[in-house]
Parts: sequence; C-alpha cells; structure tokens
Amino acid sequence: MIVTKAPPLPRLGKSLRRPDGMAKARGVFKFSSDLDEPGMLWGHLVRSPHPAARIAEIDISPARAMAGAAAVLLAGDVPGRPTYGLNYPDQPVFASDEVRHVGEVVAAVAADHPLTARRAAEAVAVRYEVGEPVTDPEVALRAAPVHPLGNVLAEQRVVRGDVAAEGDVVVEGYYETGMQDQAFLGTEAALAVPDGQGGIDIYVATQWLHIDQDQISASLGVPHDQVRVHLAGVGGSFGAREDLSMQIPLCLLALRTGRAVKMVFGREESFLGHVHRHPARMWYRHSADRSGRLVKVEARILLDGGAYLSSSPAVLSNVACFAAGPYRVPNAFVEATCARTNNPPCGAMRGFGSVQVCVAHEAQMDRLAAALGMDPIELRRRNALRPGDDLVTGQVLEGAVPVIELLEACSSAPLPPERHWETTEPGDLALPGGSGRAAEPLRVRRGVGVALGFKNIMFSCAFDDYSVARCRLEGGRVTITTAAAEVGQGLVTLLHQIAGEVLGTDEVVLAEASTVGIGSAGSTSASRQSVMTGGAVQAACQAVADAVLAATAARVGVPRASLQLAGGRVVSDDGCVDVPVAEAGALCGECFEETVTYQHAATAELDEKGQGDAHVAFVFSAHRAVVDVDVDLGLVKVVEMTTAQDVGRVLNPLQLVGQIEGGTSQGVGFAVMEELIVEHGRVRNPSFTDYAIPTALDMPPVRIAALVQEPQPGLPFGAKGAGEPPAISSTAAVLAAVRDATGVAVNRAPVHPPDIALALAPGTRAGQGDAGVTPS
Amino acid sequence: MSTAQAVSHFAISCEVNGTTVDRVVAVRQLLADFIREDLGLTGTHLGCEHGVCGACTVVLDGEAVRSCLALAVQADGRSITTIEGLSGDGLTSMQQAFRRAHALQCGFCTPGFIATLSVADPSDYHDEAGVRQLISGNLCRCTGYENIVAAVCEEWGIERS
Repeated sequence: MIVTKAPPLPRLGKSLRRPDGMAKARGVFKFSSDLDEPGMLWGHLVRSPHPAARIAEIDISPARAMAGAAAVLLAGDVPGRPTYGLNYPDQPVFASDEVRHVGEVVAAVAADHPLTARRAAEAVAVRYEVGEPVTDPEVALRAAPVHPLGNVLAEQRVVRGDVAAEGDVVVEGYYETGMQDQAFLGTEAALAVPDGQGGIDIYVATQWLHIDQDQISASLGVPHDQVRVHLAGVGGSFGAREDLSMQIPLCLLALRTGRAVKMVFGREESFLGHVHRHPARMWYRHSADRSGRLVKVEARILLDGGAYLSSSPAVLSNVACFAAGPYRVPNAFVEATCARTNNPPCGAMRGFGSVQVCVAHEAQMDRLAAALGMDPIELRRRNALRPGDDLVTGQVLEGAVPVIELLEACSSAPLPPERHWETTEPGDLALPGGSGRAAEPLRVRRGVGVALGFKNIMFSCAFDDYSVARCRLEGGRVTITTAAAEVGQGLVTLLHQIAGEVLGTDEVVLAEASTVGIGSAGSTSASRQSVMTGGAVQAACQAVADAVLAATAARVGVPRASLQLAGGRVVSDDGCVDVPVAEAGALCGECFEETVTYQHAATAELDEKGQGDAHVAFVFSAHRAVVDVDVDLGLVKVVEMTTAQDVGRVLNPLQLVGQIEGGTSQGVGFAVMEELIVEHGRVRNPSFTDYAIPTALDMPPVRIAALVQEPQPGLPFGAKGAGEPPAISSTAAVLAAVRDATGVAVNRAPVHPPDIALALAPGTRAGQGDAGVTPS
Repeated sequence: MSTAQAVSHFAISCEVNGTTVDRVVAVRQLLADFIREDLGLTGTHLGCEHGVCGACTVVLDGEAVRSCLALAVQADGRSITTIEGLSGDGLTSMQQAFRRAHALQCGFCTPGFIATLSVADPSDYHDEAGVRQLISGNLCRCTGYENIVAAVCEEWGIERS
C-alpha cells in the first residue's frame, strides 16, 4: 500500500527497469574481479596473523628470489603519506613497527600468476614479537594506548532537560549487538594500470571514487590529477567499500613494476580486509509516568571500534543522537564512547549506529510496557514522535514524521496462520531448524514483535556534503555524468528517470563514473545518493532546460517570458509551442551543457551536551516480525516480516521495495544468525560456511504494510533515501518476537540457540534475567 | 613409496557452450578458474570458493555444479554450459523474468541462479516453498529473495502464497 500525499509525476514513480539489468542477467556485466589487461601481474597482500605484535624483522629475499615474482613492497616503499583513513589517516599503508589487528597489511607482492603471488606473499618472512592484545573495549578505556592517538576513538554525550527527573516506573536493561559483516557477494577486486608517465588508472569496486583518489594520491605522492579512479562493477557494498582495501598497495605495485596489476580478495581475506559493524554494549534506564509517558532515558553505550578510526565518529554520533529511539523524551542523559582495541577495525554498515541502539531502545520499550501492564503498541503510540517535535539533541523535526502511521500500518496488518507446516509441502522446511534439525512441532511457540527505528540520511554534523553532475544535451540525446557509485541499489535507474523527467525524454545515457573531468558525488552511503546525486542531476538538467527555453524563444522569435517549462516540455502561453525539452534543444541545433553542484542545507556540529541541528533529514521505519521458536532447541524460524517506511516520495516502486526487502533480510540475518566471532582478536568464522547469511529458506516473505509518501520539504522531488531504514527496525522486531514467543529476556543480536534453550532449561527461571550475556 | 612421477598437467578435451575446447590444464586447477581465467568466460562468478554461495554454478552434462568445487580435469570428455552459453544472443525467458521482476540488484549472484534454474524441471515445482528450496543453495545479499522467488513463480506459472 502506498499512502500518497503527493501528486504524480510523468516518469518518476514508475517502475522503470534497471538499465544494467540485461547485462547482469546475461553475465556480461563486468565486475571488478572480471577485468584484465594483457601482460598484467597479480598482486597479493601479506597480512599480520597476530592482533598485537612488534615487527622485529622482515626478510623479503626469499619472496623476491621466487621465479615469477616481480616486486615486494614494504612501508619504506611508500613515497608519500605512510598512512590513510576515511576520517583521519591513522592506519598505516604497510605496518612497519607494530601490528594492531589480525589482517593488518605488512607487505604487498606482485607476480606473473595469482598462485605465484600467493606463494611469494607466504614467503615474506616477518618475525613478530607477539604482544598481549587489548580485545575488550571496556578494558581498552583504561589500558595502555593501542595506538599513539589513544584508545578513545570518539565520544559524545547528550544531556537534555532535567537529568535528575524520575518517573513512577523505572526499567533497566543491558543489551549487546555483535559484529556483523556486510557479506557482499563480490569480494574486493581492482586493476591498476600505470600510464608510463608517473600517473595511474585504477578500476575498482568502491563507494566513493573521489575519497579513494584523495587517499591514493597522498600515499603515492602522485599529483591528484594523475590518479584516475574509475568505478568497476560492484558486487554489493553495504558500507564495506567506503574505506580503502587494496587501492594504495595495488597502485604502488603497478607504479613499481610499470605493469598493470590485478588483485582479488578471496572470501576469507575479504572478511579480514574490510571494516565491520561495530559491536555495542548498551546499558539503559527508562522511566515513565503511570500513563506510560516517557520521563527520562539514560544510556551508556560502548562501541568496539577495533584498531583504527575508519568512520567511527559518524557511527558514534548516530548512536548518541538516536539512542532514545523515535520517541518524545523530555529528559535524557546519554554517554556514548567508541574504544580502540586490537580487534578488527569497524566502520560503515547499512544503518550505522541506529541498528545497534534500536535493539536496545526497543527492548526497553517492551520492558517498560510490561512493567506498566500496557500493550507495547499503545506505549509506543503514546510516546511516538510527531511533526514539530524535537529530538533529544534539541533538533526540531521538519516535514514528515509518520511514526504513528507506520506503527499502526504494521501492527494492524493481518497475521499469518499458525502451524503452517501442517499445510505446506514439504512441511519440515517451515519448522524452526528446517530439514536438517527439524523441531518438535509440539514444542514450537509463535511470537510477534514490533519495533520502530529511525536515522538521519545524508552526511551530518557540519560535513560539507555535495554532489556534482553534468548534463549534456546534443541532438536530442542526453548524457549525464557523475562520479556516483552504483553498487546494486539502482541509482542508475533513478538518474535515468530524473533526467527524463526534467527533459521530457527516455533517450538518456549515463557516462561511466570516474574522477576524470567531474567533481565528487560523495559517498554511496547514509542513504544519500538518491537525494544528493539525484538532486545534482535534477539541477543540471534544470539548468539545461532553462537554456533550451531561452534558445527556443530566440529561435521562434517570441519573448522568453512567453515560454514555460512544464512536465519536461517547453510550452508557450498561446499553445503554439509544446515540445519536449530534449526535442526543443535538438531543434535549436546547439549543444547544451551544464555542470551543477548540489548541496543539502547546512548542518551543525553537536555541542558538548549533544545539542544542535546536526542532521538535514530523517527517515522512520517500522517492522513487525512473526517467529516460531522451538523452545527446547532454541531454534528460531522467522515466519513473516511486515514493514512500513517513511519514503518522502516513491521514485521507482519496484526498486524501492527491493531495497526494503533486501535491507530487511540483512536485519533478519543479524537477529538470528550473523555474527563474526572474534576471540583474542582473531575472527573465528571468516567463511560463508561459518558466517551464515540468510538463504531463500531462512528469509520469510516481506509484506509492505505502507509506504508513506509525504514529500520532504527541501529535498529534490521530496524523496528520501531508502536503503538503510529496513536494516534498522527489522533486527529489533525479530528479537521482540522471540521474547514474545519464549518469555526469555533476549538481550542481544544475534540471538543464538543456547541463549533461548539454556534460559528455558529445567532449573532456570525464564525471563527473570538477561539471557545470553551479562555485562562484564 | 611410489616411483611414479607426479603429473602436474593434463590435456583435457571438453565442450564449452557448444564448442570443443582442447587445453592443457594444471591438475590442481579449479574448474571455476579454468572457465574464468583460461577461457575468459567471466560471467561465472566466484563468491566464496568453497561451495556455499552458488555464484559459480555452471551446467556440467546437464547438472548444476559448483565450479569452485570441481577441478578442470573433471570436465574432460564432458559438456559445460556457462551463463554465456545459457544466454546466447539474448535473454532466456527466465532471464527476462529476473529483469522484469527486479530480481537482481548488484547482479553478482544472478548467473548462478540462472544456471541452477536452467536444469530444473518446472513440473517438479508447484508452490513457493518448493521454489525456495530449489534456490536455497544460491545466496543473494541484495534482494532478500522476494523478487527472485517472484520471478521464478511468474515464469513457471506458480501462484504465490
């Protein structure tokens, strides 16, 4: 159901099919791992096996002597800046004195065959003096520094109202979220080609071409314009490609050897070679009056950032801003900290920051409802944010705030039948555990849970966030150039639709995304590209349309004021002129070209009390989960997910729903199966056998209860980004449903079978304590 | 102790997408690497290298096989069809259904799904649960499977639950 509060547009709002769909369905679309260049070499990285160690000695001579090996590079071979990083360059290109996490890069090799490169990498002899890793973020705050910049990667307080205020009813809880991996299917891969004059072209699957260029250029010591970054086919990203992976070592190898070099990570290396979702520990205290109105929310939240900074400040800022959930909270005290440890670095992943706190604030709302003897839906309705309310950060919400609408759409949707395994074939697949470990039907319990979540879209906290687009109209044909990364989400389709909408044509071509001749489009993250690059393309096309209008007036010999632009057409007052803009441009016989930078409204930093208008816009979402749980085995089957989302305006219904379904599946995965297990700084399950992501059997149907279409003032077409919200409230909803089914106070994502089964085992008191984990 | 000399390479002859291919391959080479690196057929994608994700699925003598779990020498005397061979010059009706239903986003997993589906007999599948079971050996991280299931059900005339 689409709840429409916006008039329709000619091309937008229709389910145009992806322009790359044909190539992808045929398998001819070139992913970064599919590229080659005659005579190219293969690169491989040497990584630390230790979470903390001093490097005593590195002997490259055995590797160098290997037949087929072309180059072995160490820290001393980096001509420019020895470090890199998204927010601040605290991460060495190659570790030289010490290593701070398993998988840290120590050296790079190039050879004439991928196996030779791998063997040469294994032949690089590094002698480590192994140290004691700091792997507990709480301990890290008191421990000797893991890095010269200290062990506090970011911290933020939010202080609002009277922190001494206290309601009649108080509930406390401790919650945890584990380390989730983006687990895109196409592992990291790139091809670097030297130009023979000191410059380089790199073809890479990335999320943000220009920030890659900045970092590569700095470490190569090669001028910016001689580092050309081109987008190669991206096999999913979800945040993991925002940081550099292999870019700098690969370019160094290519420049050193004077030959093209390709590198592809295997799956295990991919798990070690990109950032993950920050694990969180969250202590919460909610108080409310007897009618259920929230009086105060207190929270202490600790994130494990791993060894390097990455985008931890942005994640931490979201944790602080959204800790209380989408509710009216008059008094709040939130203390959020991100610690540096010797664990794998953490950074961007879909819904960053909001996903973690949603698990906690929604569990607290359920706990509060139980303490009040109130229906959890009713408690949420009473406290839900409404238009014109302000957040705990003091920011007043402008535009759509359809929290109650989303909640009601989800909670009032029809429920699926129980005991459906009796009517489906094969029935055991519908039971918790599936065919392998089928549950005992008599011991299966049904549960239903609802969760609300929200998040900022675009970059916040005074970041200079912009995107550049060029529109060229020649002979009726439109060419759009941007550096925005299509990662699978379907931006390419939207840009076609937007250009077509403004210029009244379907004849639109998107130029390849690269850093050559066009400014930054910013990152494909934070649900920002539909707005930012969509906005830049709209503005560039609008500028072209304005120029076409002026040229048409001159050509026809009428006053400019007698012509208007309407629905992608140039129209005269008297009706004599009525022609699509693109066609009018062709009739003028000129080439029109405009390049425009789109910026969203300025945002402010949060002050020391966490107050400030830090965000430009928000999106809200709701999920209802229905689960079946075998209470003896602790196995959870997610039966159905129902969702409603605040979308501003629907630009492409099919793609929008595709994003919602995909995001929901990642949230379901995080609720019941996905966790990178890190012990003593080592990832124990870096494979798809041991890090399980949902299959078609794990994933239930996703029902769309409502897409609330209320155009957001100040955003192009009023459309909001849509990628992240489905990953936020889905996890919390599944956990709520598991609690409902079992009575166990499940307090962590993901919930593992023992968390349920052991809590309900004879001799334990189910639901009396926090199942799964206790604070250290 | 064996005195036989270790064989490092082996001459194979197989049919790939309808064309006979004679090559000498390393005995340890994976079928996936043979297809991608030696034959340049990069539509077969490697997602996990150990038989879990299904992205590298190809058709070997009419059966769906994970090419990361097979050796190139095992293709000797046999017939391989990759996504390139399944597609021909255009799209099969299943590929069209994928495109129409928005059953692909990043598209990395798509050739594996198409290969798996190409050898299935639609008459064996009567409901959505069966379709989900059929494709449960192919991972997709983008779509949540909803539109993949929709595409298959549409193509095979299965009413969705």
